[in-house]
Amino acid sequence: MASQSKSPKRFAALDSLLQGLKRSRGSLLVLAVLILFPFVFARITGTSVNEGPAKYWQGQFIAVFIMAIFAMSYDLLLGYTGILTFGHAAFFGGGAYTMALFLTHVAPRFVKTYRVSLPGGLDVTEPSAFLLAILLVVVVSLVLGLLFSIVSVRVKGVYFAIITLAMAEAIHILSKATDFVKWTGADEGLHGVPVPAWINPTQYRLRFYFIALAFAVVMYWLARRIVNSPTGRIFVALRENESRARMIGYNPALYRTIAFVVSALIAGLAGALFSVWTVSATPSMTSAVTTVNALIMTILGGMGTLVGPMLGAAVLEFFGQFLYQWFGARWPLVFGIIFIVLVMFLPYGIVGTWRLRSAQWKRRWSLRKQRAAAQE
Amino acid sequence: MAPEAEEREIILEARNLRKEFGGLVAVDDVSIQIRARTLHSIIGPNGAGKTTLFNLLSGTMPPTRGSVFFKGRDITHLPPHRIAHLGLGRTFQITNIFPNLTVLENVRLGAQAMGRHNLRLLTHSDKYTQYLDQAEQVIAQVGLRGREHMLAANLPHGDKRKLELGIMLAGNFEVLLLDEPTAGMSSEQVPALLEIIHNILTSGNRTIVLVEHRMDMVMSISDFITVMHQGRVLAEGTPREIASNELVQSAYLGALYGDLTAQAEK
Ligand SMILES: Nc1ncnc2c1ncn2[C@@H]1O[C@H](COP(=O)(O)OP(=O)(O)O)[C@@H](O)[C@H]1O
Ligand SMILES: [Mg+2]
Repeated sequence: MASQSKSPKRFAALDSLLQGLKRSRGSLLVLAVLILFPFVFARITGTSVNEGPAKYWQGQFIAVFIMAIFAMSYDLLLGYTGILTFGHAAFFGGGAYTMALFLTHVAPRFVKTYRVSLPGGLDVTEPSAFLLAILLVVVVSLVLGLLFSIVSVRVKGVYFAIITLAMAEAIHILSKATDFVKWTGADEGLHGVPVPAWINPTQYRLRFYFIALAFAVVMYWLARRIVNSPTGRIFVALRENESRARMIGYNPALYRTIAFVVSALIAGLAGALFSVWTVSATPSMTSAVTTVNALIMTILGGMGTLVGPMLGAAVLEFFGQFLYQWFGARWPLVFGIIFIVLVMFLPYGIVGTWRLRSAQWKRRWSLRKQRAAAQE
Repeated sequence: MAPEAEEREIILEARNLRKEFGGLVAVDDVSIQIRARTLHSIIGPNGAGKTTLFNLLSGTMPPTRGSVFFKGRDITHLPPHRIAHLGLGRTFQITNIFPNLTVLENVRLGAQAMGRHNLRLLTHSDKYTQYLDQAEQVIAQVGLRGREHMLAANLPHGDKRKLELGIMLAGNFEVLLLDEPTAGMSSEQVPALLEIIHNILTSGNRTIVLVEHRMDMVMSISDFITVMHQGRVLAEGTPREIASNELVQSAYLGALYGDLTAQAEK
């Protein structure tokens, strides 16, 4: 504190920036590794960065980035606000279907009917259509988030969890309904969605890799900002003790609604990006399995942390691949057993348990040092 | 006891409050007036309805009948968080804190609640130093300095009670309803808490309504006492009046608490 006030004022901004960088050096290191990964991988395997195994592994990472953000959004509700829901697939699938439906049915007509150009004469009709799709995803996610939070005002705990399951299931059934087969492809889903050429995941894999990475970074940054903000602290207060929070003047319904809307928004955007990545939207994206995946990733990585669920997503995706090679279609069974064992030994997930243990070790270490000093 | 206490304005008032749980009448036609900047104790045996009365006053539960007025305003049907924002706060008989947060964060949340930054989603909460400062100040006031970074769950019981008091103090409530703040404390810990409560009363513009079992404590620090029994108000008055009240004495207090007159004289 004292040294800070002594330093000239114009360096204050730089100072706080440097401190911020220092605090996030772990995340920055991971980011650097992920940025370099495609090139280093291509160099090591002696292949081109744009094809073969390099392209394949970029694809694996893209899926992880998207699922990581989806899992993180789930933990905003479960780990931070203390809300157990089984309806998270509704947000993810809602975003995916909104994007795919718009790109398939609306965007082509939009492009045919309208011309959007910048003052300089540059034609931006296609980007505008894509932007419109994103805006629509935002709106749909907000509405879904509000819908779920309205229910959460009336119903609590396990009953609420069951109702969210029913609500998500309703959306799942809607996505499979044969009545809308012309639009949604029913059971089959939508495939070969005409995504904008510049973002085509097969053609521009490396570009898509960086788009997905940028998306993950921005969403993580946003979530971190939010959980550290005054509002985010209220989320945690609600998790810890709702009645106490209410008695000191926080309106639980208001802050739960905010948590839901933020979480739904992030999950919806992740779903939309996933549909662009797979150029599809299928009923599996709205199914309970999608929610359970988020739950498993969160528990595996560590509830109440942002990094935990992201790590959980990476573990589930990569480990799942590995198990699939060994056990084929029965890999979920094997993973289930491993998951149970992991939960028994890492009750707070990978990140949660690590933080707890490292704090304990640090304390023990400093105690030992103190004792050693006292003996001398 | 403040000499002019009887002339102070009424800040909190219950009119004909009644609360039924199924067939049980926990609070039965209770009317009570709390004067500003006084310490008003509510005593009575277990099951008398004291906690239920607090639940009704603070909006935790709706009354079956009757109404509650705070600063002249009918708050009977307001939700608890609105009542809190008007300046009426409470503690619970069973410790009610944020267990997995630090002492500092517990109290800081109390301070933040009353501010105008609850809807800032993108700024770090540490930027609002006023709440941190206020929290530090309150932590010193309730005697928890040096424990700021301990998890609330790891505090010894007595300190948890102090912490809950601290959360409420940070909220700057005008009226505090304290439900047995010394519950579960050993008798060595009680004087320190008593001192804190006394300081709260004398240092600020605060009114305290206290439910307490330790009669020596009640007699020495109260301006007024209301005695409840089986959901009803049995007697009301200054400590001296209560101590010499025949009805109270004969009904049960004598048997329960011994000779009160001597304690009130002190
Ligand atoms: N939520 C409740 N449901 C049913 N009965 C209750 C409830 N709360 C309190 N009671 C009953 O109301 C009566 C008054 O209880 P309480 O207000 O806790 O008394 P006190 O705080 O004076 O000990 C008791 O008989 C108690 O069992
Ligand atoms: Mg009680």
